[in-house]
Amino acid sequence: MTELRGSEVRKRIGWRLWQQLPLLVALVVLWMLLWGTVSWISVLSGVVVAIAVTRVFYLPPVELSGRLNPFWLLVFLCRFFFDVVVASFQVAGQAFRPRGVRSNAVIAVDLVTVSDFITTLTAITISLIPGSLVLEVDRDRSILYLHAIGVESVEEAERVRSKVLSVERAIVRAIGSADDVERTRA
Amino acid sequence: MIVESVLHWMAGGLFTAAAALALVRVVRGPSILDRMIASDVLLTTLILVVGAEMVVNGHTRTVPLMLVLSGVAIFATVAVARYVSKQDRGDGSTDSARSPGEEP
Amino acid sequence: MTLDDWLDLAAALLLVLGGFLSLAAGVGLLRFPDALSRLHAATKPQVLGLIFILAAIALEARSWSTLLVLAPVLVFQMLTAPISAHMVGRAGYRTGNFREDLLVTDELDEAIERASKETGP
Repeated sequence: MTELRGSEVRKRIGWRLWQQLPLLVALVVLWMLLWGTVSWISVLSGVVVAIAVTRVFYLPPVELSGRLNPFWLLVFLCRFFFDVVVASFQVAGQAFRPRGVRSNAVIAVDLVTVSDFITTLTAITISLIPGSLVLEVDRDRSILYLHAIGVESVEEAERVRSKVLSVERAIVRAIGSADDVERTRA
Repeated sequence: MIVESVLHWMAGGLFTAAAALALVRVVRGPSILDRMIASDVLLTTLILVVGAEMVVNGHTRTVPLMLVLSGVAIFATVAVARYVSKQDRGDGSTDSARSPGEEP
Repeated sequence: MTLDDWLDLAAALLLVLGGFLSLAAGVGLLRFPDALSRLHAATKPQVLGLIFILAAIALEARSWSTLLVLAPVLVFQMLTAPISAHMVGRAGYRTGNFREDLLVTDELDEAIERASKETGP
C-alpha cells in the first residue's frame, strides 16, 4: 500500500460508503416489507438495523461494475422465469417417466468474466433453475463446477455448458462491466 | 363453487401424497444427506400447505409463518451440511455417510 | 361467471399446480438414484411451487399491500435456496455420496487430479 494524502483517504471512505449504499437500501426496503408498513418509524428503525447488521456481520464490499441496463435486465428476468418454469416441469417429467434418471454429469464451466459479482450471480441463477446445481467454485479462475441431472451423453453435457454461458452473457449484458460485455461478445 | 372445492381437495391430496413420499425417504435414508434433503422437501411442502390454507380460507394472517419456516429450513440444512463435511474430514473415511448397495 | 369467480378459479388451479410440483419432488426423492440427484428434486417446489402458491394468495386477496407482504417470502427463499443447495451438494460430493458409475463425465474429479499432480513431486 502506498501512502495516501488526506483528501484521497476521504475519497476512499466516500467510495466505500457509496459501494455499501445499495446493500443498505436493500436491507431497509426488506425491513419495511417485513413490517408491511411504510412509516417514519419503520424507515428510521430500518436504517439503524441495516447499519448494525452490516457492522456486526461484516462482508467484504461487493465490487459492482457501476453499469446497469434496464432493458437487458428485464430480458434477463423474463428469460430466468421462463427457464425456471421449463426446467421445473422437465425435472418433474424425469421423476414421473418410467425410465427415470439413468445418469448425471459433473461439468466444469469456464466463465468468461473475472468479476466475483457476476460469477456469484451466475452461480445463484444456475442453482435456482432446477436440474443443475453448483458443487464447487474456483474463484481465481472463475470456473463453476456443476452437477446436472439426467445428462446422458457428452453432447448433452456440452449443451448444459453453453446454456450456462448464455446465462452468464445475459447477466453481463444487464449489469456487467463494459469490459465484460466486450469479452462475452468476442 | 363445486369446481373450486374439487380443485382444493385435489391440491390437498397432492400435498399429502408429497409429504408421505418425503417421509418415506426420511425413514429409508440411507445416508444423513438423503434424510436431510427429504426433510427439506417435507418442510417445503409444509410451507406450501400453510400458503394453500390461506387461499382456501381466504385470509393472509400466516404469511410471517411461511417466512419463519423457510428461515428454519435453511438454518437446519446448513447446520447438517457443515456437520456432514466436518465428520468426513475428522475420521478420514467416507463410509459413515455412504452405504452403497442399498439403492437399485 | 363474474371476474371474482374466474380469479378464484385461477387461484385454485395454481394450488393444484403447486401440489403437482410437490408430488413430483416426492416421487423424485423416491425414484432418483443417488443423493445428489434427489437434491435436484428438492429444489423444484422450493422456487416454482412457492411462486404458484404466492400467486394464488395474491389472486385471492387482490390488494397491493398483500403483494408487498408476500414479496419478502419469495426474495428470502430465492436468496437462501441456492446456499442450502450448494452446501448440501458440496457435502454430498466431498463425502462421495453419489454413484460414480452414473456420471457421464466428472470434470471436477479431473481438475482435482490435475491440481494434485501439479503440486505433487
